[in-house]
Amino acid sequence: MGKRGPFYWVSVSCGIMVLAFIVLPLYELLTAPSSAMLRETLKDRNVIHSIWLSIYTSLSAASISFAIGTPLAYVLARSSFRGKHFIESIIDLPIVIPHPVVGIAILSVAGRNHWLGHIMSELGIRIMGSTTGIITVLVFVGMPFYINSVKSGIEGISPRMENVARSLGAPMWSTFVRITFPLAWRSVLVGFIMCCARAISEFGAVVVVAYHPMTAPVLIYERFEGYGLKYSQPVAVWLVIVCLSLFLVLRILALSGKKAP
Amino acid sequence: MIEIKGLSVQLGEFRLNDIDLAVDEGGFFVLMGPTGSGKTILLEAIAGLVPVRNGSIVISGRDITRLPPEKRGVGIMYQDYALFPHLTVTGNIKFGLRYRRHDTKSTDKRFRKLVDDLGIGHLLHRCPDTLSGGELQRVALARALMVEPRVILLDEPLSALDPRFREEIRLLLKQTHSLSAITFFMVTHDFSEAISLATKAAIISNGVIQQTGTIHDIFQRPSSAFVADFVGMKNVFQARFNKTSAEVGSLRMEIPHCHHSSCGHVAIRPEDIVIGLNDRESNLNNSFAGIITSIIDQGFVYEVHVSVYDLLFKILVTKGSAVDLALDIGTGVRLSYKSSAVHVF
Repeated sequence: MGKRGPFYWVSVSCGIMVLAFIVLPLYELLTAPSSAMLRETLKDRNVIHSIWLSIYTSLSAASISFAIGTPLAYVLARSSFRGKHFIESIIDLPIVIPHPVVGIAILSVAGRNHWLGHIMSELGIRIMGSTTGIITVLVFVGMPFYINSVKSGIEGISPRMENVARSLGAPMWSTFVRITFPLAWRSVLVGFIMCCARAISEFGAVVVVAYHPMTAPVLIYERFEGYGLKYSQPVAVWLVIVCLSLFLVLRILALSGKKAP
Repeated sequence: MIEIKGLSVQLGEFRLNDIDLAVDEGGFFVLMGPTGSGKTILLEAIAGLVPVRNGSIVISGRDITRLPPEKRGVGIMYQDYALFPHLTVTGNIKFGLRYRRHDTKSTDKRFRKLVDDLGIGHLLHRCPDTLSGGELQRVALARALMVEPRVILLDEPLSALDPRFREEIRLLLKQTHSLSAITFFMVTHDFSEAISLATKAAIISNGVIQQTGTIHDIFQRPSSAFVADFVGMKNVFQARFNKTSAEVGSLRMEIPHCHHSSCGHVAIRPEDIVIGLNDRESNLNNSFAGIITSIIDQGFVYEVHVSVYDLLFKILVTKGSAVDLALDIGTGVRLSYKSSAVHVF
């Protein structure tokens, strides 16, 4: 191996800076509260409730994305039609819209003045200040991540396998269940994780639609605003631990079947 | 029997136009054409995998034009095998059984026989990514045969194999076809495959069928300059006919029979022309003196280009003869061929 040039050292230094930038604040956050404080926080019912609500609503949002996003991802991956790019842009819209605007946009549809909001209130569905509202917002912000991941996963599977399956007698639905889905499950899982991750961290849109019931990010914000950094840190640590372990488990699951290159 | 009438398909910029084909029941039919001519699209149209604009496809008297692929009884085998990577060899072969009524006992017997015939009994528990090209092809064939289709469509089944497997699988295809009542419809661009396997063939170019007929007709009696060139009749010239002779440029050559029109083409296969030294007279009807303009090495043979007045003939010469005759660029030679070697159209 030749002498390492300036390019190598610039790359290494930039790499170290980036890692430090991510790891240092997290390390400081995780080590700031004492273990006694962390234990104490866990006894607080509000904290437990908010973390549970965050997990529950994020998983629900990812499950809804799975149920209604998978067929759309399939269509986008397999067919080409006029206006496809336009539909893809619409799906990406939630990524670029500022978060509080998402909340306001959803409220403007769910309000009583809108016909849809009116129908929903007739049916007893409440968006403002409800778990349903939180899940709605989280589906809105998380769906693009799910659809994009599954779409690129399906694009990677040769349509010829589906063609052969059909020629062997399998109807479209059965072909999807027996061929496409088993071959795309890893990208489905990755999409699910991405959607969950996006949903669990959402604050701006949730706080507009539902301050109560309080999800973990809203609770952390409230404690930071009301009582300062010290008081909000232990809750933040628990949320980070929950998120990290959740994603670690899913990541292990997603990678366990993959062969080493 | 497969009867295709007036079939048109539009796929993006590509079009299949007014395809008419008839394939005998239980026959081995080959479709040949250059890359991008629409061979695979025609296969997929028969299998129901691309939408058909016009026309009809009838298999054994049943119109399948609007049926979904799973109801057509048409199997398809791709060049890249398209085995299901998440299933074992057994899983792949038995994939289609779920969708048809079957009696487990006789199916198991058939599975055993198929596996034995194709020599894949030792692979049953393996996954496709651990198999060689030849093994993959055998498994793909077994999978297609297991559901007893009426027609099997083969998309260049031998082109992805290395030469030692190619011969083996070619024999296997021939054998499998002769033992079954299934119609084989194969796409290829390899003439030796076509000649050794098929009885009838069609040539397609730019989405249009150029000629259809027996293998012998296609290779010996091409109906257009394109087909003649495509099947390797490298000497294709425009001609004016007068009884049993043809004027080609400033040459007059003997042809086997009178032609119905006064203008047309003549074609001569490069291997049908004999090359000799200029001083020897030939007793063949057509004999012309010319000069070698180039010699191209084609592995076992040379392709020698000889200019005769304003025409350029291409002739295949074995390497041994080329050395014996001391052929070189600029050498004066005499080329001769029988009148029966001249194909007129």
